[in-house]
Amino acid sequence: MDSQTILILAQDGLTNGAIYVLLSVALILVFGVTRVVLIPQGEFVSYGALTLASMQLGAMPGTVWLLLIMAGIAAIMETYRLLSSGAGRELPRVLAMTLVPPVAIAALVKICIPMHLALGWQVLLAILIVTPLGPLVYRVAFRPLADASVLVLLIAAVATHFVLVGLGLLFFGAEGVRTPPFSDAQLTFGTLTVSGQSLWVYATSFVFISFLAWFFSRTLYGKALRAVAFNRNGARLVGISPHLAGTVTFAFAAAIGCLSGVLIGPITTLYYDSGFLIGLKGFVGAIVGGMASYPLAAAGAFMVGFLESFSSFWLSGYKDVIVFTIIIPILLWRSLSSIHYEEEE
Amino acid sequence: MIRRIGLALFLALLAILPLCSSFYITLGSYIGLYSMVALGLVLLTGVAGLTSFGQAAFMGVAAYTTAILTIQFGWSPWLTLLIALVLTMAIASILGAITLRMGGHYLPLATIAWGISLYFLFGTVPALGGSTGISDIGALQLFGMELRDERVFYYLIWGVCLSALWVTINLLDSREGRAIRALKGGTSMVEAFGASGHRLKNIVFVYSAVLACLAGWLYAHMQRFVNPSPFGLNQGIEFLFMITIGGPFSVWGAIAGATVITLLKTVLQGILPKLIHQTGNFEIIVFGVMIVAVLQWMRGGIWSLVERLLPPKPNQPINDSSDLSMRDQPLRGTVLLRVDGVTKAYGGLVAVKKMSFELSAGEIVGLIGPNGAGKSTMFNLISGEVPRTAGSIYLGSENISGLRPSQIARRGLSRTFQHVRLIPGMTTIENVMIGAYLRTHDGIFTAGLRLNQTREARVRAEAAKQLRRVGLEDSMFLPAGSLSLGKQRIVEIARALCGDPLLLLLDEPAAGLRHLEKKELANLLAELRGQGLSVLIVEHDMDFLMNLVDRIVVMEFGEKLAEGLPREIRSNPAVLEAYLGGV
Amino acid sequence: MTERLLTVRDLNVRYGKVEAVYRASLDVDRGTIVSVIGPNGAGKSTLLNALMGVLASRGTVEFCGSDMARLTVERRVSQGLCLVPETRELFAQMSVEDNLELGAFTRYRRGDKGIRQSLSEVFALFPRLEQRRTQFAGSLSGGERQMLALGRALMSQPTLLMLDEPSLGLAPLIVKEILHAISDLRSTGVSILLIEQNARAALQISDYGYVLENGEIALEGPSSDLANNPRIIESYLGIGGGEEAS
Repeated sequence: MDSQTILILAQDGLTNGAIYVLLSVALILVFGVTRVVLIPQGEFVSYGALTLASMQLGAMPGTVWLLLIMAGIAAIMETYRLLSSGAGRELPRVLAMTLVPPVAIAALVKICIPMHLALGWQVLLAILIVTPLGPLVYRVAFRPLADASVLVLLIAAVATHFVLVGLGLLFFGAEGVRTPPFSDAQLTFGTLTVSGQSLWVYATSFVFISFLAWFFSRTLYGKALRAVAFNRNGARLVGISPHLAGTVTFAFAAAIGCLSGVLIGPITTLYYDSGFLIGLKGFVGAIVGGMASYPLAAAGAFMVGFLESFSSFWLSGYKDVIVFTIIIPILLWRSLSSIHYEEEE
Repeated sequence: MIRRIGLALFLALLAILPLCSSFYITLGSYIGLYSMVALGLVLLTGVAGLTSFGQAAFMGVAAYTTAILTIQFGWSPWLTLLIALVLTMAIASILGAITLRMGGHYLPLATIAWGISLYFLFGTVPALGGSTGISDIGALQLFGMELRDERVFYYLIWGVCLSALWVTINLLDSREGRAIRALKGGTSMVEAFGASGHRLKNIVFVYSAVLACLAGWLYAHMQRFVNPSPFGLNQGIEFLFMITIGGPFSVWGAIAGATVITLLKTVLQGILPKLIHQTGNFEIIVFGVMIVAVLQWMRGGIWSLVERLLPPKPNQPINDSSDLSMRDQPLRGTVLLRVDGVTKAYGGLVAVKKMSFELSAGEIVGLIGPNGAGKSTMFNLISGEVPRTAGSIYLGSENISGLRPSQIARRGLSRTFQHVRLIPGMTTIENVMIGAYLRTHDGIFTAGLRLNQTREARVRAEAAKQLRRVGLEDSMFLPAGSLSLGKQRIVEIARALCGDPLLLLLDEPAAGLRHLEKKELANLLAELRGQGLSVLIVEHDMDFLMNLVDRIVVMEFGEKLAEGLPREIRSNPAVLEAYLGGV
Repeated sequence: MTERLLTVRDLNVRYGKVEAVYRASLDVDRGTIVSVIGPNGAGKSTLLNALMGVLASRGTVEFCGSDMARLTVERRVSQGLCLVPETRELFAQMSVEDNLELGAFTRYRRGDKGIRQSLSEVFALFPRLEQRRTQFAGSLSGGERQMLALGRALMSQPTLLMLDEPSLGLAPLIVKEILHAISDLRSTGVSILLIEQNARAALQISDYGYVLENGEIALEGPSSDLANNPRIIESYLGIGGGEEAS
């Protein structure tokens, strides 16, 4: 293997790693705040790319229908909850908050699709469609289970993953898509050629991570989310609603997933179920970070990216075997190095 | 009676099913195989509070092992079964050893990862046939007869499945089984009675893997063909769905769930694609929605509905005498517990500082102090739950500092918990039987095959004896969770007594009790002392202790403030100051 | 006539089958300190947790004239109710200043501009917190943690502050400091519902007292009366009755 190949593989690893970093950060965030192991994270990735691809073809993306259906279910659940707890007065306000944004987004998409907007606008639209799916998934599947054990939440997460994959197939079909790159440029540095899309991935990932770092350390809402992750009971006592925190976190997760989808859409062909494996690679990173440490998780995510690109060169068929088997030594290392504590449920 | 009739009907249905068409026989065989796997998951998930997505992968290990070894090397399937079992147990032990010490979500995540990598491995390695798989696997031979007929195979599968069910039921109703059922509430209770929580979790995980292995091996010889897809992650997830739908807390939930999901899948795979005009596994949408709904509305699954209709199980008979061997109690007045300069620091915070005191055989000593004085830490240092920073603790002549709670329990220390730790769904007597964990030694093999019955009867008699001793024989067969707090506290004492202790450690036994209950508790403890028992009570309530204990040790800010007879303590100015607070 | 702030009637709290608080009724007037004393396990903490909405309960809870019974914990916080639990529930991995800021979370959501001002007021009340403002809450000593818990509660500008065992596990000097701070709060218009195992101290700084035994209110009266009640003296202000009799 010559240095040229190494550079190319390293570049691939870095690109994929940057995506996995985004995903692993979202997974840790969701786990910390809601204790949900977000197995369906990957579906947001698929949905992002597939939504964008539909719009490219001038079709109404299936995710818009999903958005409306989920909003309808959430509205029914809210109505039931409010009426049975005797808080019917709040019903109009809550229903408006649940239904108006999804309907407005659907209308906006309907208007925009025939206009064949520039790629940037379509990406924004895709994010606008997929992001509210996060809070809706939280509302419908997880919020009623807020007091359940991690185990029950995990089973619910897997069930949600099944539903979203099935719906992905229903709405988008089994065809794979490749979305257009943000940039066709090929930059040459000496012997190294870097694609414009890779640069977009690095830059977006960097900007987004910086934004998250700023949000969590500098804004009170960000601190409030961290507070919920550290001490749920204490957070309630200062008036931070765990449901609000869950809603916001799931919105972040969906947005990050969608963004990842549109970023790698031009690099690999994505199918309705491809997101799952991509999301799980984010998990490998998150596990390196013990589902708690962001910097360690980021390091883990890059490791996964590099491992993947280099193993695809040597042992292409065994790429996924290697990436997922690495979790065993990682867990061994964690179990030997971390302080064990009993989880009393 | 209704239970018996139900069981008979179920067996009759199983027996006559092969009279139907070949389609139903195959379906029935699949349900039998899946029930086996689900059975292991019930034990793992519903009973022990762990879970795995890798059960299909364990099936795959067995199926591929037997496929390769019978075809390429011509070995007998019975030999490959043995090899598959050994391989499965090895893999499960390793996975368990790595993940089970950490938080509860690491095992499922690890099994997801290993399930995926194994699936890709099956599909990639040329020797394993790639994604096309391996065909022409030999038929099983039993007593010189080839099992090629699907009806015969159906009976074989259900024979194995029902045996597994029987073994699992026996196991749950045994010494190890009771400890396993206690795991969900955290491991510290079972550790206090000498069991190792980590070992029990490993046993359960390996056991569930073994059931999956059996199913995989049968699968390979039923299909006579293997390919990767039935052993993928999705199948692993479906097993979990089976027990969630069927009922994760009962072995029968496994069969109910396997039946419902398998039938539903068959029906939906027929209907849905026609309905949607598209091909694909759309049944997963329905399953997913069902699971979320069941988790939100009916966590006990289908079987919890059936259970409600059934009459309670009959009580097991109780022998008159227990005949369990007992320890020699030390001579009254000899030093039984000696705490010598014990310190516990959490970082810079010193919770207990150079504590020293003694307890002699046959006396009740009270350890008191205001809230936050370090009493509970001192208690946990003696029971071994918290490791000390410095100093030593002796039980009899043996230094027990540095030992684990289970090792200390083995040396004759029994305890109760401040926040009652009974298993609410288990009967009172079953709860008390956990206390006798160390007094018999049946492992899972003798328990599973019901070879443990004489010892079980002894333990049951012993538990009944202790319940009579504390005056709760009337509540013996009630679920422990239905008793009042006062009675639950006393059940905890009976459970501790069931361990035949040298020393009984009570953690705030009077907290939350009503006046009359406190009086009864005090009378009981005085009576036990009369029978020669030694007791150390950590308590906040001075009134409760004053007329009960022989001596009092007072703690404040982690240190010993005073020690002496109750009369002396009552008039000790330093103690008065500590309790009244100088403002 | 004084204004009634909190009215509780026939409050019941159950843990499974056990009635932890039974038909408790109590009142708190604006600008007063009310204490609840009683033995360990009598249901004192349960009572406060139920009032805060952390535990489900049955009965009437009226605060500032409106019914609170159905509100979530967060709603009760934004209505001016605040609980400092026995376990403090600080954010150990966050700085002292972040902890305090988060105390004002509901005010921030309302767009309140006075949060900085409140922060300096809390620092003025507990200068030690200002010295430690960038330190993690988890690294503080027991007394400082209690100060931080109190400070964080004050940041929400509560109308009624509920304190569960504020002197728990603290050295006598610190207890003194904390109790002084609590009795000073009355002059700033905050009303306080106080639970203390240190019954003498509680009765000294409070205006009115309730005695909770086995989940029921056994006795009530102005604190000075309770402090002189022979039954109270025997049960809570002395150890047993022994030495008084002899």
